[in-house]
Amino acid sequence: MVALVPLFYILLRTGQNGVGEWWELVTTARTARLAGTSFALAVVVTAGCLLLGVGSAYLVTRTDVPFRRAFAVLAALPLAVPSYVAAYTWVSVADLWSSTARFEGFWPAVAVLVLYTYPYVYLPVAAAFAGADAAQEEVARSLGRGTWRTLATVTLPQVRPAIAGGGLLAILYILSDFGAVSILRVDTFTRAIFTAFSAGFDRATALSLSTVLVLLTVLVLLLEGRTRRRGARYESGGASHGTNVVGLGRGRWWAAGGLAGVAVLALGVPALSMVRWMTAGTSRADSWGQVLGAAAGSLTVSLAGALLTMVLALPIGILAARHPGRLSALTERAAYVAHSLPGVVVGLSLVFLGVTVLLPLYQTTWLLAFAYATLFLPLGVAAVSGAAAQAPPAHEEVGTSLGRSPAQVFRTVTLPLTLPGIGAGAALVFLTCMKELPATLMLRPTGLDTLATELWQATSYQRYAEAAPYAFLLVLLAAVPTWALVRRSGVVGGAPPAKQARTLKEELLTHD
Amino acid sequence: MTDVEISHVGKFFGTVRALSGVDLSMRSGEFLAVLGPSGCGKTTLLRCVAGFEQIDEGRIALGGRLVALPGVHVPPHRRHVAVVPQEGALFPHLDVAGNVAYGLRRGRRDRAARVEQCLELVGLGGYGRRMPHELSGGQRQRVAVARALAPRPPLVLLDEPFSALDAALRSELRRDVRRALREDGATAILVTHDQAEALSMADRVAVMNGGRIRQVGTPAEVYRHPADAWVAGFVGEAVIVPLDGEGPGGRHASPLGPLTLRDDDRPWDGPMAAVIRPEQVLMTHRRTPQAGRGVPAVVRRVDYHGHDTLVAFELADGTEAMSRMVDGPLVDYRPGDRVFVLVDGAVAAVPVGETVTRPVPSPR
Repeated sequence: MVALVPLFYILLRTGQNGVGEWWELVTTARTARLAGTSFALAVVVTAGCLLLGVGSAYLVTRTDVPFRRAFAVLAALPLAVPSYVAAYTWVSVADLWSSTARFEGFWPAVAVLVLYTYPYVYLPVAAAFAGADAAQEEVARSLGRGTWRTLATVTLPQVRPAIAGGGLLAILYILSDFGAVSILRVDTFTRAIFTAFSAGFDRATALSLSTVLVLLTVLVLLLEGRTRRRGARYESGGASHGTNVVGLGRGRWWAAGGLAGVAVLALGVPALSMVRWMTAGTSRADSWGQVLGAAAGSLTVSLAGALLTMVLALPIGILAARHPGRLSALTERAAYVAHSLPGVVVGLSLVFLGVTVLLPLYQTTWLLAFAYATLFLPLGVAAVSGAAAQAPPAHEEVGTSLGRSPAQVFRTVTLPLTLPGIGAGAALVFLTCMKELPATLMLRPTGLDTLATELWQATSYQRYAEAAPYAFLLVLLAAVPTWALVRRSGVVGGAPPAKQARTLKEELLTHD
Repeated sequence: MTDVEISHVGKFFGTVRALSGVDLSMRSGEFLAVLGPSGCGKTTLLRCVAGFEQIDEGRIALGGRLVALPGVHVPPHRRHVAVVPQEGALFPHLDVAGNVAYGLRRGRRDRAARVEQCLELVGLGGYGRRMPHELSGGQRQRVAVARALAPRPPLVLLDEPFSALDAALRSELRRDVRRALREDGATAILVTHDQAEALSMADRVAVMNGGRIRQVGTPAEVYRHPADAWVAGFVGEAVIVPLDGEGPGGRHASPLGPLTLRDDDRPWDGPMAAVIRPEQVLMTHRRTPQAGRGVPAVVRRVDYHGHDTLVAFELADGTEAMSRMVDGPLVDYRPGDRVFVLVDGAVAAVPVGETVTRPVPSPR
């Protein structure tokens, strides 16, 4: 329930001000323009993501494209570049091909968001392609259907829930993205909320815009829930028996070229940009000291965030694993809803909560840790419930039946079995906190800098060389959870570990 | 000496009655099987004895010590009752020796020796250093049995320990586990829904249905003298024929010809039925001198099992029944054959009560 505090608070404040006033603030030309931009961005980017995501998923799982294993990994890696880092690298490299025009506005934002959001479609669709039972396709072939008819009538229907789910994830991500649109100066809801907040502390506007954004998010979540339920029908129980591969003939080299092109744009450009500005070395005199300071700041707030998240996650996760029922399902869902709220909204609501109700906590690390806990609780919960599933009650029963007291059984059986999973979950939460941007910007105690905020500030003053080391460190940090995710999705080869406690889609939902 | 004393035990889950009036007593060193269909309450009974569930009525005493009354509950770790669960539940972070040693007191000098002894007992000597994930399903169950035996508990509970294994492995493991339990002198309760398992392994069988014990007896008693028609149908295959005579003994008319009733002292109390086992039904192609009194029938279905054959047939009045015969050169029946059948030997008479309808006949 703690996780839903921001949501309740936003709705409560809006209610206090009166629906009439809210309606007045919402129905302005500016809101209409913001809504138009956010909506257009979401639609165009999602379309691009579907095209790139489904296309590359099909190529790497079902065709004989050269180097398919390598491309399968490369296609997922853009996830490791936080959107604001990506935007920074593109902005700071654009002068290489055009010295006059700045790389900003709607279409550049579309390009950057597509390149770094499409893995949200790619990963679940690739997993679905890889997991679709080959026997079913063989049956279709034996009943006289050709390759393409089989694809259209048997395979695609199986993958469709994954496509729909991935697309909705992409929409959620685009709606809540703050860093990339801010750096590329596209006026969307998130950017407008932040500006209203930071440039004048305009509560009423920030709040009413947040409400609209929250409503949009909830709408998308409802749609997402529906595809999830429908998707369950298609999950086949048995192990799949490998997949059928389609020969592309000469076309396979064109396909490889396309995949390579995407990889160069999504990964090569940031690499080029970072190398260039790291070596440019302007204004680097005291930068390492500053980087260390920011790293220390990130470490402090992220440790606090991970600690608080895990403390809250432990009871929920154990409840979910040991007593599956409506209450635990509801609690888990609530955590996911809170997680899907844009970081800007969570940050804003906690700022207001801090100055009104929790004044002693305002401007402390703990309020920021609370924001992290709200955002990343599902990560922790999933780790805990997965770990608790490693130690089923039968083990404890056997332990006590052999004459050990419950405390001894907990120490010698339950703890050794669950600790690794919980520890890995805590590490994941910790790394994810490190790269969080909007809530950190709004809630960090004055004078405390983190890697993410330093990068953001340096970029907004166009001090690209100064930003480069932060970008480099952040990508390194983000690579760890991405790698864990990619490995579990099963597209890297090797079967995914049996019976994961949650689905890939949920993991993607919690990946920032 | 009475080792396990279960009297009038009742258990509710909410308003659902899971156990009612369960009475069982066991001697030290005895091996009892609790046999019943799924959902009959047998696993609940086992969990009550182990102490994982609290009872609502009655009492349970182990080795003369009262461990459960309504409101009084000795926790599992003070009961000295070792459990072998369905899937083994080996501790995945401990090696085989660590698993087996789990219930042994630390600092016991013969600890290592006892571990090896128990592993020898289940036929896994020298496997101590293996990890559970390196073992096959059958080996895992063997380790689970060794782990339960290691602390020499007065009572071992086995909860369908063989049900997840394939048929060939199962019978071998049954034999080995029974031998291990005997050699160690353990008192044991096996819970199972598999009648072949219960009959072949246990000293005595308790047949359970609907939360009640229907009959307790040696395997032969339960098979040959079932307490009622339901037990007769659940333990082995049976053709149940209603009887209209006045009392026990003597010969009774039936669609399968005259029946001789077994001479037991059971008083007739309400409607009775005869239990005819398929192996008591003889079948011939022609009316031979021995089978001179045979009744004509038509073969409907033949299930060939190699060592024996089960033939389902229909009598002139539409009654369906079965005959089981050991394989041999004379066993050559096809659906549609006209044959003669005869019930050989005395059959048991049981109160009709409720009957189980089960699809006839299920392959063993």
